[in-house]
Amino acid sequence: MALILNEEAQMVRDTALDFFRERSPITAMRKLRDDNDPDGFSRDLWRQMAELGWTGFLVNEDDGGSAFGMTGLTQVMEAAGRTLAATPLLSTALLGASLLSIGGTKGQKADYLPRLLAGEHITALAVDEGSRHAPDQIGTTAERDGAGYRLNGQKTFVLDGHIADTLIVAARTGDAVMLFLVPGEAASRTRLSMVDSRNAALIRFDNVLVGPDAVLGGGAIALELALDRARVGLAAEMLGSAQEAFDRTIQYLKDRKQFGVAIGSFQAMKHRAAEMFCEVEITRSAVLAAASALDQGSNDAAALVALAKAKANATLYLCGNEGVQMHGGIGMTDEHEIGFFMKRSRVAEVSFGDTRFCRDRYAGIMGY
Amino acid sequence: MPIFRAAIRSWLEENCPPAMRTFMPENEQVAGGNRAHYVRPEQKIWLDRMAAKGWTAPTWPAKYGGGGLSGDEALVLEEEMQDLGCRIPLRGMGLSMLGPVLLEYGTEEQRQTHIPPIVRGDIRWCQGYSEPEAGSDLASLRTRAVLQGDHFLVNGHKIWTSNAHHSDWIFCLVRTDPAAKKHEGISFLLIDMDDPGVRPRPIRLISGASVFCETFIENVRVPAGNLVGPLNKGWTIAKRLLEHERKGIGGIAARNAAKFEIPLEAVAKHFAGEQDGKIADPILRDRVAAYSMDAHAFQLTRRRAAEEAESGAAPGPLSAMFKLQGTELNKRRYEMLLEAEGFQGLGWEGDAFTPDQLRFTREWLRSKANSIEGGTSEVQLNIIAKRVLGLPD
Repeated sequence: MALILNEEAQMVRDTALDFFRERSPITAMRKLRDDNDPDGFSRDLWRQMAELGWTGFLVNEDDGGSAFGMTGLTQVMEAAGRTLAATPLLSTALLGASLLSIGGTKGQKADYLPRLLAGEHITALAVDEGSRHAPDQIGTTAERDGAGYRLNGQKTFVLDGHIADTLIVAARTGDAVMLFLVPGEAASRTRLSMVDSRNAALIRFDNVLVGPDAVLGGGAIALELALDRARVGLAAEMLGSAQEAFDRTIQYLKDRKQFGVAIGSFQAMKHRAAEMFCEVEITRSAVLAAASALDQGSNDAAALVALAKAKANATLYLCGNEGVQMHGGIGMTDEHEIGFFMKRSRVAEVSFGDTRFCRDRYAGIMGY
Repeated sequence: MPIFRAAIRSWLEENCPPAMRTFMPENEQVAGGNRAHYVRPEQKIWLDRMAAKGWTAPTWPAKYGGGGLSGDEALVLEEEMQDLGCRIPLRGMGLSMLGPVLLEYGTEEQRQTHIPPIVRGDIRWCQGYSEPEAGSDLASLRTRAVLQGDHFLVNGHKIWTSNAHHSDWIFCLVRTDPAAKKHEGISFLLIDMDDPGVRPRPIRLISGASVFCETFIENVRVPAGNLVGPLNKGWTIAKRLLEHERKGIGGIAARNAAKFEIPLEAVAKHFAGEQDGKIADPILRDRVAAYSMDAHAFQLTRRRAAEEAESGAAPGPLSAMFKLQGTELNKRRYEMLLEAEGFQGLGWEGDAFTPDQLRFTREWLRSKANSIEGGTSEVQLNIIAKRVLGLPD
């Protein structure tokens, strides 16, 4: 397991940091929100990301990708988290690319991957159904209907579900969980308006008929691997958001004067700032370890994934909330950007495993 | 390196007595010195064999009796010792604090005189830093040393001098220029405790043990040659030594004879019961996982810092957090152990409690000192805020 970046990953990191800082600062996310943009992200920007190769990090070279792995993709997602950029990185470059690569037939890969890699095709994973992430509790059914299947059920909080060209749907066929490729327009979709402007949708399947070629291989095992990648990818994004909220708050502590001095000179601020520093750095170690373990297929990967997501949950919560508190009144205004980080922390925490989910999973893997 | 590893392993297998491949209770830790007391003869045999190789101080230069190993080689030795469950043959402030400082700041004569006996465990050192009026504000210390020709005349009162009553020598911070600003009038002095003017008195602690002492120094004549570094420039050395001390204390959770330590989750299962392989009490299980995950993430951070150091990058800011995080986690571990044990974690002595239960209780009390000694957690937070984050005074 490598806990420091090699030169290649360092280059990806630098490119991504520049890219989002220049082309997708927080003002871009605010504009999408204020304009009530129907897509909720910029298709043009997404094509630019595809040109940089980010859509192909989890796709094999034979299929047109670079197989750079999670170590590379987490660098991009961390950079996106710093500016709260609205992108289909998680839904498409991570989940869609993973599931198609793992379980896709030759024909499915040839059909979907070139368009996905080019930034022309958005996918979304429809997995959760209840009030929180619970991939082992799937009620959506897929019943045999002729040569194909008939889907019935409801999926909630499907990231990028409102604009997905293809939905990857986890459904139950008897005791087994299978994955299906369903055209986005075949389902009934309601865009969700989230507190942090994250793109998500509620999706209903009422007797949606799909052909036999809609079955995506890999089933529950592929789903589990893709979800572990999603947890680390999201943890990396959250790490970037936490780092940014932390950096901005430290700067504010140096700039803001009260009682004639910088408020960062007060010990009540210093100690909390130092605690935040520790948590951000400890979270960084966990995210690096989990990404590296997934790329290497290590035995301890699943435990490290649960660890990384749990730490990211706690640390973004801390930095988001301390960020608002330490900014004082200005932190409560919509005009100031620090509040966006606090809103994001809540939404990101429940996505792909809240803290109690991660602890339960970690304890289970560790044998207690 | 594989050949080196194999050689180390076969030497350890041949030379480490079986009795030294068992869990090491607190009273069997070897710190050496003229007053050393060995519970079992194997402790001394193991110490002498390791000292002969210089492996009590693996990375110190061979010309002073050290092992002369590179960092990577020392890591292999450590890993093989852990894997075989070999006890650490010798511990103490000579190895962990004074030695590294003498290698960096001492004269050739001071190194020749003091380092080999540290490696062999012949001389035990203690630390004369804190005073009754100088705790976190260490630089306000008042122990006075007056240069009189070829010697210093020293008078003062040190406190929290761990194991002073078992030690042979004491390294002290003394004030040599009372007129200068407080950081600029301090010197670093080595004092032989054989002098009757040096009187350590054990202090009974909340754990019932008396590892800490206060030490009175009255009219003690110390040869001028025992001054380490320049006169009045002791604060630089003092801070350097504290870095070594904090590194040692911060590593406490990792070092705790991991191979033999009873895991927290096993204790939790024992007392709360087990259901489908899980700790039966879901709240306790959640808290055990929360602690274990924080400890795991901290270990990864230590490893990341080590990888950064090996890659030749300039030392990053990570090490600033080790003392703080390591000690807070160690305290939390004992809190969790007691929480899991319930009534059985509350015994002071007697047959109603197992030796492990009594040990955990005493160690729980001992662990409270972790976040005080060597710079409190609050001082560590100040250091991070100032040096790493650059927050203003």
